[in-house]
Formats: sequence, C-alpha cells, structure tokens
Amino acid sequence: MTPHPAPEVGPILGRLSLEAIPLHEPILVATFGAVAVGGLAMLALLTKFRLWGYLWNEWFTSVDHKKIGIMYMVLGLVMFLRGFADAIMMRIQQAIAFGGSEGYLNAHHYDQVFTAHGVIMIFFVAMPFVTGLMNYVVPLQIGARDVSFPFLNNFSFWMTTAGAVLVMASLFIGEFAQTGWLAYPPLSGIAYSPNVGVDYYLWSLQVAGVGTTLSGINLIVTILKLRAPGMGLMKMPIFTWTSLCTNILIVASFPVLTAVLTLLTLDRYVGTNFFTNDFGGSAMMYVNLIWIWGHPEVYILILPLFGVFSEVTSTFSGKRLFGYTSMVYATIVIMILSYLVWLHHFFTMGSGASVNSFFGITTMIISIPTGAKLFNWLFTMYRGRIRYELPMMWTVAFMLTFTVGGMTGVLLAVPPADFVLHNSLFLIAHFHNVIIGGVLFGLFAAINFWWPKAFGFKLNTFWGKVSFWCWVPGFWVAFTPLYVMGLMGVTRRMRVFDDPDLQIWFVIAAIGAVMIAAGIGAMLVQFAVSIWKREELRDESGDPWNGRTLEWATSSPPPEYNFAFTPMIHDLDAWHDMKNRHHDRPITGYRDIHMPRSTGTGVILAGISLVMGFALVWHIWWLAALSFVSLIGYAIYHTFNYDRDFHIPAARVAEVEEARSRQLDALRAAEPQAAGA
Amino acid sequence: MTTSDWAIEVPDAPHTEEVDGQPIRFYDVEEHAHPEGYSTMLGFWIYLMSDCLIFAILFATYGVLGGNYAAGPGPQDLFELPLIALNTAMLLFSSITYGFAMLSMQANRLRATQGWLAVTGLFGLAFLGIELYEFQHLIHIGAGPQRSAFLSSFFTLVGTHGLHVTFGLVWLVTLIVQLNKRGLIPANQRRVACLSMFWHFLDVVWIGVFTVVYLMGMLR
Repeated sequence: MTPHPAPEVGPILGRLSLEAIPLHEPILVATFGAVAVGGLAMLALLTKFRLWGYLWNEWFTSVDHKKIGIMYMVLGLVMFLRGFADAIMMRIQQAIAFGGSEGYLNAHHYDQVFTAHGVIMIFFVAMPFVTGLMNYVVPLQIGARDVSFPFLNNFSFWMTTAGAVLVMASLFIGEFAQTGWLAYPPLSGIAYSPNVGVDYYLWSLQVAGVGTTLSGINLIVTILKLRAPGMGLMKMPIFTWTSLCTNILIVASFPVLTAVLTLLTLDRYVGTNFFTNDFGGSAMMYVNLIWIWGHPEVYILILPLFGVFSEVTSTFSGKRLFGYTSMVYATIVIMILSYLVWLHHFFTMGSGASVNSFFGITTMIISIPTGAKLFNWLFTMYRGRIRYELPMMWTVAFMLTFTVGGMTGVLLAVPPADFVLHNSLFLIAHFHNVIIGGVLFGLFAAINFWWPKAFGFKLNTFWGKVSFWCWVPGFWVAFTPLYVMGLMGVTRRMRVFDDPDLQIWFVIAAIGAVMIAAGIGAMLVQFAVSIWKREELRDESGDPWNGRTLEWATSSPPPEYNFAFTPMIHDLDAWHDMKNRHHDRPITGYRDIHMPRSTGTGVILAGISLVMGFALVWHIWWLAALSFVSLIGYAIYHTFNYDRDFHIPAARVAEVEEARSRQLDALRAAEPQAAGA
Repeated sequence: MTTSDWAIEVPDAPHTEEVDGQPIRFYDVEEHAHPEGYSTMLGFWIYLMSDCLIFAILFATYGVLGGNYAAGPGPQDLFELPLIALNTAMLLFSSITYGFAMLSMQANRLRATQGWLAVTGLFGLAFLGIELYEFQHLIHIGAGPQRSAFLSSFFTLVGTHGLHVTFGLVWLVTLIVQLNKRGLIPANQRRVACLSMFWHFLDVVWIGVFTVVYLMGMLR
C-alpha cells in the first residue's frame, strides 16, 4: 500500500531517520524552502524589533478572551492558506491528468493532499475561526469581563495550535494520512497504513480535541453564569444563543471523537481488534461512531454563523430581528436533530430499509427549522432600511448560495438517490456548497462586521468588494461542474481520468479555484490596506454600524475589563434600547475591577503535549514517557499556584474611562446630530 | 409576533422611565464581583458529563463487540465473580469514606478530612491492585486485549475506568499535600468537592461496568 516499507524502530529515535525527510518530492522541498526562508525572516524581524517580550507578555500568556479570540482567528487564517494550497493542487491535478497523463502528483502525495485538505479545513480552519469568534464576541455580548475559566481558555487555544503544528510537521517530517479526512478502517488500520501518516492524524486531532472540548465547557458555563443582570435566556443576543447551542454540541460530541480515535489508536499501537477484519472486529462500528461525532460537528460549524447572519441582517436592516423566539427554537431543534441523522452518511453500508428511512426522514426534517431561519432573515429585511455594507453583502450571498446547498442536501437525504450519488462529486459539491456558502461566507461577514470592534478601524471597502466578487462567482464556477459530474457518476478522490469528455468540467472547476484564489488574495490585500490606512478608517464611536447588542456599547477596541460598570439589561437588543432611551454612561464612582492574571502555563502544557504527540507518532518511547510525566508534573505544579487574579485599581479605570469620555465628547461636538453615546 | 417585528424603528423622543419610583438604570454602579469559584461546580459537572459520554461510547462498543469471541474465551471462562465482588466492595467503601471526608470538611476539621481522604486513597489503591491482578492473570492465560474484539472492548472499558481511578489517586495525594500547606481555605474546599464528584462518578460508572460486563457477562 505504501511506497516505503515500515522502518525499523530504534531505541533513541524510534522510527525517525533521515529517510523521513521527503527529499524525493520536489514540491515539498520547494515548499519547505519557502517556509524556512519566510519563517526565518519573520523570526529575524521579531528579534530586530524586539517584539518577543511583547508577544509573550501581551498575547501568548494572556487570558484576555479578546486576545485569545484574535489569536484563534490568526491561526485559522494561516491554516486556511495551507488548506487552500491543498485545494488548488487537487484542482490542477484533476484538470491535467487526462489522456494518459499522470498529472504532477503521484498517488502517495495526492492521497495525502486530499486527506490533509479535509482535516485542516474542518479542524484547523473552521473550528479555530468559529471558536475565535465566539471567544471574542460572546463575553462582550453578555456584558461579562471575561469567560468563566480564563486560564483554561488560553490552554485550549494552545492545544488547538499544538495540534495544528503537528499536522504541519507531517508535511516535512514523514507523511500525512492517505485515508481521507475521517480515516476509515480497515484502510487506516496498521495492516494497510503501517507508516506514520495515520498516527500524525490521530495525535494531532487528540491534542486539538482536548482544547476544543475544554473551550466548549468554558463557553457554556460563561453564557449560563456570567450574563449581565436582567439578561434572561430569552433576552440573549441571537449570536450568543447559537454559540450556546454550538458549545453544547461540542461537549456532547467531541468526547465521542476522542473515544473512537482512542480505539483506533489502540488498534494501531496495542494490536486490539476493534476495527480489524479478523478476530471479531467491526469497521462499521468505527463508521457509526465517527459520524455520531461528525454530523453534530457540521452543525457546530454552521450554527454560530447563523447567529452572525441574524445579527448582521438585523443591524443592516435597521430593524429588530424578525421572529426572535422562533429563531431560538429553530436553533435548539437543529441542535437536537443534528444528533439523530448521522447514519445518512452511509446509507449504502447496508443497515436496511427501515433504518435508512428513519435517518432519511430525520435529515429532511432538519430543513424545516433551517427554512424557518431563512424566512426570518428575509422578513427582517422586508421593509427594512437595508445598507449594503460588506457584512450584509456576504449575508445575501449566503442566503442564495446556502439555499441551493441545503436543497441538494435534502436530495441526498433520500436513500435511493443517495445510493446513486454516494461518494460522488455531487456530494463534494453539496458539502462545499454549505460549508463555503454558510461557514466561510458567514466568517467573512463576521470579520468585516466585528473587525472595527476588535481594532478600532473599519476594513477597506474597495478591496472587500473585489474579494466578494471574486469569491462568490468563483465558488459557483468551481463547484457547479462538480454537481454536473456527480450526476454523471464521477466519484470523489480520483487522481487520473480516462474519459476525455470530463476534462472540460475539471478545467472549468480549476478556473473557479483560481477565481477563489484571487478572492483570498484580495482579502489579504484588504487587511493590509486597512492596517496601512487605519487612521482614515478609524472609528472612535465604538459603534460604527449603529449596532444593537452590548459589544457596541464599549470602546473599540474595548478596555481589558470590557465594561467599567456591568450593564443592566431591560430589553432584547440591549444597546439599541440604551441608545433609544438616551441612557447616560456613568462617569464617576469607579471601583477596583477584579481580573484574572496572565500565565505561561497554557503555552508550556501545550508545548509538552506537542512533543509527546510527536514522540508517539515516531514511537520514540522514552521521549513520550518523559513528556507524559512532565505534563502531569507541570499540571500539578500549576495547581500549587493560588495567586491567579489581581485588581485593576479604580484610579486606573477612571483614567481609561475619562479618556473615553473625552473621545465621545469630541465626537459629539463634531457631529451634533449623532445618535448614541 | 408583534407589529414591531415588521416596522422600521425610529428613536423615541427623550423621556425618562421609572422602575419602582427610581429612574431606570442601565449600569450597575453598586456591583459586586462574582465570588471566586462562582462557576466551578457547574463547569465541573459539565466536564463530568462529557467524560460520561466517553464511557457511553466504550459501553456501546462493548455492547456491539462484546459477543465477538473469535473462537476465544468468553466471559464465563474468564471472570471470577468473588474477586470482582471484593473489588466492587473496595470502590464502594472508598465512596463512603470520601463522604466522611466531606462531612469532616464541613465541620472544618482539617486532620479528619485528610485522614478520610487517605483512607479513601487506600481503598482506591486496593481496587486498582485487584484490577491489575485480574488483568495480569488474563494476559498470562492468553486472554489479552489482542485475543478478540470482546477482550479488546473489555480491557478498554475496564481499563479506562481504572485509568480514571489512577488519575483520581494522583489528584487525591496532591490535595492532601495542598490541604497541609493551606488548610481548608475556600479554594481547597472547592477542590475537595470537585474530587468528591469525580470519585462518586467513577463509582457510578463502576456499577455500570459491574452489571453490564461482569454480571450480565456471566449470564451470556
């Protein structure tokens, strides 16, 4: 199955040897060269401008939910570029591998590329983006000073990062899995994948999974316990509601992933027989278990973005969200149903007609609450005074795109249709349609929407529009051919093709991918230009969009304590209510504010976990044992530190708040008609 | 739905509203910070439920694969109920003694708390010792986790529980030391209470293991 025999296990380096460096792959060597040069240049710049102390003290060890949120977004962006590089490599390969041509990627490399693309895009792009967004916005929206467990939050971030680093390491040291993103056995078992690829997969997901589960617990508790006085559950902003449901799903599904990956790990490391072909193992068990996690996972990704679209639609239509209550119930219903549909991922496995019917019907039922949401957004826009700013443009693009993706999903939910379309490019087109059209477009809406809150200046509109008009048509050019070919029966994960009639479709899809690449490029330019011209784009009001929820009630960027006084809530859309009733911001009587202290423990524990993961991948047992012991030891050492918080003195709060008052006074003087505070 | 769902909102004219004779307030100027550890219990409960799901998956796996002996030994050939009954007793006693530790803590008696925690730890150690003996015996007679899917799922389910007990023991020793250093301060009380929940949780899981794996295994 693999081009190289499994290497011998040595006592010092385990399976690791110089042969693990893929010098025979010119693409990887060139990539490594570029990464090494770029990385060294970055390190040199950081050293030259003496930024290491700043980064360590102000960012890496920070327990401030806002900074952690931003770090998650940076991680997601970096990994997005890697995941997209994989995508465009596949599109080029498939566009040229016709008429006897083998393309430019050999099978061993190509199989790693499609596996890494899926793993990275879901676990290390979509998840960090979504978690980062929730981290940044939720505490502000509920009027809290931080999350419930600030240290755990920092630790979660670094565990996710450690998982990402492990995946990236597999690019240059050894190989990644060649199994597809869910690593079905028996292919992923030791008999058919004897090398390190699947082990990289397992350990990177386990390390990152710890972070995800803990951050899920953290945000649930934060939302349940730290809401400002007066904010009953049915007065929570809709984004906070969708975040709550997402985090419940995280806590209810990631342990399943942890368990099933552990079982596969035992099969590979200990020789157990959970998913093997002999000794009573059942590969079907794995497929069931992984999808019991996997289906809720796609709702974990989309639900917070439904919240984003709700906030954006209501803000940019100048109206209260239509049908808030039905939106909340729709979210809850989706959350519950997402747990009852997993089997639709393998109708063809042979569970029988009645089981397939049950899961087909539950799947179709999910489209009802989702449809209700779409109508709510449309009715929010109806008779609204719509402003087509970038977040609203992405929202409309989402509505059009996602609806098509949703409908092809309902089509796939019909078991007989699925027997024809299973594992075809139709499926690929469907889930990219909902994930790009839903999750990514939502993230772009969210980034454009909340960027001014995070950094105090808006994003450049021109480059944002360029990006939008490359992305949205680019998406359709890239994926419509896949729908067409799927209906013609072309299956997924193919490296070369015999039928020359198909080539034109793959060429069109590759053109779409290039358009998307232009969209990504324009977005990076948008960020760069906006940072460059930030003084022109400056927003001093803290409320650039005439927002409705509490995050717009504070300055941009908010002070580390978020609110000098905890807001009191009387209505849904609390900030809109405050503006509407001409509230006064208190300007005296500041008190000491109790805050959590920064700590480097998260970085250290995650660093040790990374070393342990690497050692386990390569069977370097002494190092694995050593790092395990130091992991436990350091964690215990950390629990002996009881000094975990401090007070920001009232005088310091007064200083910050008085500066803010002067800023607001200046704004009022400049624009006497300006509404809000 | 109300008409306001449909309408564009126009800011009202300035007006003051009153609640209970006081002007409406939008900020809590008298606020008190949440007490330390305000959210810890809820957070720990949710963590326990997520851990419970891991066990649920292991139970489900045992339920599906537990009958696949692959022409190897089955439960009746392997399990010695008297030994397991003894083992169960150890864990149940440890839960009772942990209860005594909690009572002593509420009575603010530091030494008694530490003493009961130590007794709990000894029962836990006894439990682990018996379990390791059982595992060693099974592996010795050729019924190791590699022998069949039944044994894979058996060792994993029971072993995961045992790992949790081991982790609980490490935590317990750490706590006894921390109690020595700082006494029954609120932070330590919270930790003792969390470990108590963890320990009882493991007890409940063990009841499930004893019933599903051992008792029902003998009935197969």
